[in-house]
Amino acid sequence: MEDLRPDAVPGGSGSAMEEIVGESINRGLLGAPAEISIAAIETGGEGESSRHKLSLGAKFAIGWMVFVILFAIFAKLGIITWGDPNESFTRCARRGPFSKEGSVSGFLAGCDSNGRNMMARLALGAWSSLYVAIGAIILGFTIGGTLGVIAGYFGGKVDTFLTGLFNIFLSIPGVVLALALVAFLQGSAEQAQDAILSPELILIIAIGVVSIPLVGRISRASALSWTQREFVLAARSQGAKHRRVIIKEVLPNVLPAIFSISLLGVAIAIVVEGTLAILGVGIKPPTPSWGNIIATDRGNLFTSPHIVFEASMMIFFTVLSLNMLGDVIRSRFDVREGVL
Amino acid sequence: MSKPKPTDIEKRVSAAGSTVTQSSETLLEVSDLTTYFRSSRGLVRAVDGVSFKLDRGKTLGIVGESGSGKTVLARSIMGLLPRSGLERNGSILFEGNELIDFGPKEMRPYWGAQMSMIFQDPMTSLNPVMKIGNQISESIREHLDVSKQYAKELSEQLLVSVRIPEAARRLDEYPHQLSGGMRQRVCIAVALACGPKLLFADEPTTALDVTVQAQVLDLMATAQNERFMAMILITHDLGVVAGRTDEIVVMYAGRIVERADTKTLFSNMKMPYTEALLKSIPRVDQPSHLRLSTIPGRPPDLVNPPEGCKFAPRCAYAQDRCTQEEPPLREITPGHEYRCWFPVGTPEGAGALANNRAQGTTATGLVFQEPEVATTTRGDG
Repeated sequence: MEDLRPDAVPGGSGSAMEEIVGESINRGLLGAPAEISIAAIETGGEGESSRHKLSLGAKFAIGWMVFVILFAIFAKLGIITWGDPNESFTRCARRGPFSKEGSVSGFLAGCDSNGRNMMARLALGAWSSLYVAIGAIILGFTIGGTLGVIAGYFGGKVDTFLTGLFNIFLSIPGVVLALALVAFLQGSAEQAQDAILSPELILIIAIGVVSIPLVGRISRASALSWTQREFVLAARSQGAKHRRVIIKEVLPNVLPAIFSISLLGVAIAIVVEGTLAILGVGIKPPTPSWGNIIATDRGNLFTSPHIVFEASMMIFFTVLSLNMLGDVIRSRFDVREGVL
Repeated sequence: MSKPKPTDIEKRVSAAGSTVTQSSETLLEVSDLTTYFRSSRGLVRAVDGVSFKLDRGKTLGIVGESGSGKTVLARSIMGLLPRSGLERNGSILFEGNELIDFGPKEMRPYWGAQMSMIFQDPMTSLNPVMKIGNQISESIREHLDVSKQYAKELSEQLLVSVRIPEAARRLDEYPHQLSGGMRQRVCIAVALACGPKLLFADEPTTALDVTVQAQVLDLMATAQNERFMAMILITHDLGVVAGRTDEIVVMYAGRIVERADTKTLFSNMKMPYTEALLKSIPRVDQPSHLRLSTIPGRPPDLVNPPEGCKFAPRCAYAQDRCTQEEPPLREITPGHEYRCWFPVGTPEGAGALANNRAQGTTATGLVFQEPEVATTTRGDG
């Protein structure tokens, strides 16, 4: 498996700083696989050095994710602010950076239809969108991953039952299921007066539940194939208990696959959040999310397209980057398979 | 330093292993063991009425082609087969305890500590994401009540005992950093970790380079002698078991077709299948580029095995009687039993051969091929 990507050699684009940041982030995120590929070089594996370099796309993806995450965190913590996201500046409502009336200085990304600073809203929107998406995927991956590994490991009736359950959930369209869950959870939250479940938490649960069967099936498949490896039988023949075999033998091998899928899952969750917002059950305005920025101002698409466009671009690049990162992780993880 | 004396550790290992070194005492007695799998096509008779005895410290070779039920037999004795669709009957006496009805829960104290297994492919029988040291100490800590540090010292000693250089450093390495032979040594170390009394070696050298095969086999023999451990060596290669086993069982279609002590089996084999297996080993004294002899056909379908002798369709000696009546396992001299109507090296066998030679085909329609009579033993392999 030679790395034939032409852009494997770092070109002039992408500043040195970005490369360093990208590389260190990569080490941090992908601790184990990076360590293993280093080890492979030492033992004289072939073609490891080219694998060790990141493609231009991957560097962009890492750079973008670092930017978006910092953008969101700084806005949430108020370290770098672009003003109050809910403050209206009527003089510059609907004016974008390239609108006919000209841009307004101090508003880099223009303003939305209510004259609120788009930069501040996009930054806080990044926080809500990522918070919901990551939260949902953590929920989905904990429950789905656990159930999937159990199904794959034990097989038989347990597997039949859990796979059947996953299939039932999968046969309900994801958005419909999420809508129903949001409606149900919101209803009970309103009845309880003192809402324990914040709108974000409701979304996390709804999207998380939708992702359970998806993750479950993938981790089941992965666990199934690892369970049939001889080392699992070898561990059993040494007297290891099921729980220990699952945790120590199967899970560490399944995790890279789950982790790689989880990045794609975050991307899907961001899109689902946007879809739900357009259907009117997303994060409640005035709290911005990328989804509800698009939802609120989709009527102004022709008069002031920058509002929808900017939010869409944020979603687009984030989803793209997460997909690319998922691929990077998967190929890193394949290295170890190749060395075997 | 709190470093325990090696002798102390060794004592503990041997204490966990064989209790007393009593020679020629039966360790394992398998009687009429059957292992069937229910499948959509019907019952797969993978092991069909196998009986044998194994004394402490002795080595039994199980020989047969792929699909003859060797691996299933070993896993069936250890109780490692998946339980769904499994039908296992007969008797497995291990130190006088009946294991046939034991489930995984009851078997767990036996696994690793009493009986242990080495698998065919060292590439897949080690966990790729676990350090070697941990893979060894895992089972030590499972069975022996020792501290983490203690288990680590023990692991290192085990690695030394399987002759892995720089054992201390290897403890922190991953399986992919080792060669195939090294990995098999690690597997042996894992299997020996808790001092089992019985070691199953399921084709332990098949996946290895020819140059390391002998080393690994010697290593296992040394370990076995040091620990007074019984071993069941499973292989398809009679050359591997020659000179390394006390007794050999030849299996075909899930049944024992010949059982004898190693010397007798090589010098006075009775079953045409054994003869065919031996013939299929390339010999050093043969001229080079000679066509290797093979056994025609393939092992029978275990769902619908043929009537009569299961080997008849591939046997050069086959007569009409072989296709009608299955020969029983007959003990002809003490310790030597076989399943054949027309045994090799007997007047009946010679007659059957002459008959088939005259007709040009055997009773099952196979084109007659002269079985080059294996006259002498192949030496010590």
